[in-house]
Amino acid sequence: MSKSPNIFIPALGGTALAVGLAYGVASRDYGADKIELLETRLGQVEANAMTATEKAKAEAARAAELEARVAEMHAAAAERSAIAVNLTAPEIDGSLAIGRPALPEEIAAWDVDVLPDGRGLPAGSGNAFDGEEIFVDKCAACHGDFAEGVDNWPVLAGGFDTLGDKDPVKTVGSYWPHLSTVWDYVNRSMPFGEAGTLTPDETYAIVAYILYSNDLIDDEFELTRDNLGTFEMPNGGGFVIDDRPAQEYAKWRTEPCMENCKEEVAVTMRSVFLVETPEEGGSESTMNHASVEELPTFSAAGPSFIPVAAEKPREDAPAETPTEETEAAAATEPTDGNAELVAAGEKVFKKCKACHQIGEGAKNRSGPQLNALMGRTMGAVDGFEYSAAFQDALDAGRIWDEASLAGFLAKPKAYMKGTKMSFSGLRKDGDVEAVTEYLKTFGE
Amino acid sequence: MDEMFKPSRRAFLRGSAAMAAGSVAGAAAAQEADPLITELQDWASYTGVGVDEVPYGMPIEFEKHVVRRNVEWLTASPISSINFTPIHALDGTITPQGCAFERHHSGAIEMRKEDYRLMINGLVETPLVFTYDDIERLPRENHVYFCECAANTGMEWAGAQLNGVQFTHGMIHNMEYTGVPLRALLKAAGADISPDKWVYVEGADASSNGRSIPMEKALDDVLVAFKANGEALRMEHGYPVRLVVPGWEGNMWVKWLRRIEITDMAVESREETSKYTDVLEDGTARKWTWVMDAKSVITSPSPQMPIKHGPGQTVISGLAWSGHGQINRVDVSKDGGISWETARLGKRGDTKALTRFYLDTEWDGAPMLLQARAMDDTGYVQPTKEQLRTERGENSVYHNNCIQTWYVNAEGIAENVEVS
Repeated sequence: MSKSPNIFIPALGGTALAVGLAYGVASRDYGADKIELLETRLGQVEANAMTATEKAKAEAARAAELEARVAEMHAAAAERSAIAVNLTAPEIDGSLAIGRPALPEEIAAWDVDVLPDGRGLPAGSGNAFDGEEIFVDKCAACHGDFAEGVDNWPVLAGGFDTLGDKDPVKTVGSYWPHLSTVWDYVNRSMPFGEAGTLTPDETYAIVAYILYSNDLIDDEFELTRDNLGTFEMPNGGGFVIDDRPAQEYAKWRTEPCMENCKEEVAVTMRSVFLVETPEEGGSESTMNHASVEELPTFSAAGPSFIPVAAEKPREDAPAETPTEETEAAAATEPTDGNAELVAAGEKVFKKCKACHQIGEGAKNRSGPQLNALMGRTMGAVDGFEYSAAFQDALDAGRIWDEASLAGFLAKPKAYMKGTKMSFSGLRKDGDVEAVTEYLKTFGE
Repeated sequence: MDEMFKPSRRAFLRGSAAMAAGSVAGAAAAQEADPLITELQDWASYTGVGVDEVPYGMPIEFEKHVVRRNVEWLTASPISSINFTPIHALDGTITPQGCAFERHHSGAIEMRKEDYRLMINGLVETPLVFTYDDIERLPRENHVYFCECAANTGMEWAGAQLNGVQFTHGMIHNMEYTGVPLRALLKAAGADISPDKWVYVEGADASSNGRSIPMEKALDDVLVAFKANGEALRMEHGYPVRLVVPGWEGNMWVKWLRRIEITDMAVESREETSKYTDVLEDGTARKWTWVMDAKSVITSPSPQMPIKHGPGQTVISGLAWSGHGQINRVDVSKDGGISWETARLGKRGDTKALTRFYLDTEWDGAPMLLQARAMDDTGYVQPTKEQLRTERGENSVYHNNCIQTWYVNAEGIAENVEVS
């Protein structure tokens, strides 16, 4: 509709031009025939202009008609969307014959969760003295020998009196309200990468060791099915049930301010990290050194000043010198015939991934990175803190080859007594061979 | 600082008006004919790619930067970690599955439908086992819901941290789910559905993530879902079956759902005690804070989406959502909350789903402090960071639904900031 007035502009302009032209020529001394000719032309121009005006009017009328028709269609669609339709799925009752009864042994296999009062615990017991050995063996790679946490892995001990801090240290001792949760979680979800492999006694012992690390029991305290559910945790009373409805919603369900809500607004903090998003994925964070002083304050009149465009610091990025690892990481094409084995090996490697990285950019995690493993001296990856066992192997110049790798992967702790690797070994036939082929594709 | 000049606002506006006029003239009157128009282009002459070249299509290569991304140093291992949806580059409300954020506690697992089993036990008349095919025989529904991690925007408790809306607000996705109401499965097993009972749900992966849901919610709108946006769930979102708990924190949306147990008390599992509880200023903590309160954020402009066209007509766009219901209003401020104008909604918001908002506006080229503020149909108004901190302190990680601020400079570049 807003376009309608514009449509007339060319038509009106045409008439004005024609009239002007007629006036100009008539005032000169031309022959009557010429004047007649010009008058005829003027008549034509005017007729054309009239036609154009009529045409434009007709076009505008048709456009308005179309717009009205579209508006009608919108209204009709709105009306249709308001028509009631059946959106309710039929209700189900107990007479439905879908699914089959679960067998008792199936329920026993899966229903292992433990309630806060201890219901669900199996028979068994353990103490911190026994627990220490199991913990160092199976848990310390991530959680540290004293449950203090390695790298970003969870800290399990200490942190008392930090809950009121901005960065509270929430450990089993300082935060967890129920001991049942510790048993349940360790039993079902730990060790990371080998969940569900602990015996009840091992679990009781690990839980006891975690309590001991938190100075909550002595090393002779015997944790059992009978005393776990009633064990009082230091922060047991530290929780309230969601009280946002009373504390917050009541206050924040109001008509919000729209005008002059504040006198002045200042930037009090700028992004700590600038984030690059490289094409290959992921992100790179760098510290942002910009200061809030560089930015204007705001009032109802707008910003206090306009900062000059900052010259973008263009540091020449140091050319990435490919490390030995990344060069090796350019996976070589598997030779014909063993492609299947490599694929199978990749699947087996999932068991290793919790602790080991491989491929381009692989870094040390709880285990060393595994690029170019074959032919490498044992215990030789820079920056990884090896167990004494692997340091000895390094000193002795022992090499990773198919035989040593097979021996180690089948029974890590038997092959390399004292290794920190908590993995219990590849048991299935062919897994060792497959994973070895897979590892080989990342260089030798 | 000494390089700064301090013109009057009027002088600045004169300058920017001239700039604007110049750029408009440039756009309106091209000096030379555009060869993209006047010259025959390859794509208008040669033939293109045939059907079936790519049996399952991926986005065109020019969009390959629109991917989920992680921040490696946030977590100890990518197997127990999180990445972020590229919400800065999306429009509308539906999140494509392939770029919807991932959160795993023990990695994503590959499970065949044939190997899928779902058990219902505990306080039921008949403990049952369902196969995948059984679930598809039950009456199913379609609903669009957002799934937001309780830790979304969590870093911002400590002030402006990561410069990008993908990283500050990207632990969210919004999909159309097809699934069976949890209510139907409970009734099929003859569950005790009295209001003091709990429904404990557990996943099949090694993390064995388990959460307790109060009976009222379990009977309301929880879905046992097997399709998202029309196709099978992706592995990373729980293929073949996940739980959908509308409006409630993402951790409860158990993936690879394998067991439902009716209990007489909350299990108080690891994820509902040591994690996903909110430490307040005095060191006590709130538990069972399941609902995601109303929240909004401007996705463009934002640090990853600068204004590139200079002063003039522009679109400020963003997302709003509430775990309590529908978004019925979003206000936008360009001056850090001194004044607000009500934005337009892309379409009427679905309940507990993302709603798109737009403010079609003229940018004068002056710096802005952009903010959005959502209101839901309970009348709840999204709080400022200040209001949240006054109420809760800064000890928590979770449930930060504060108003976010972007500083946009005269070049149109946006930065994550915190304001007074």
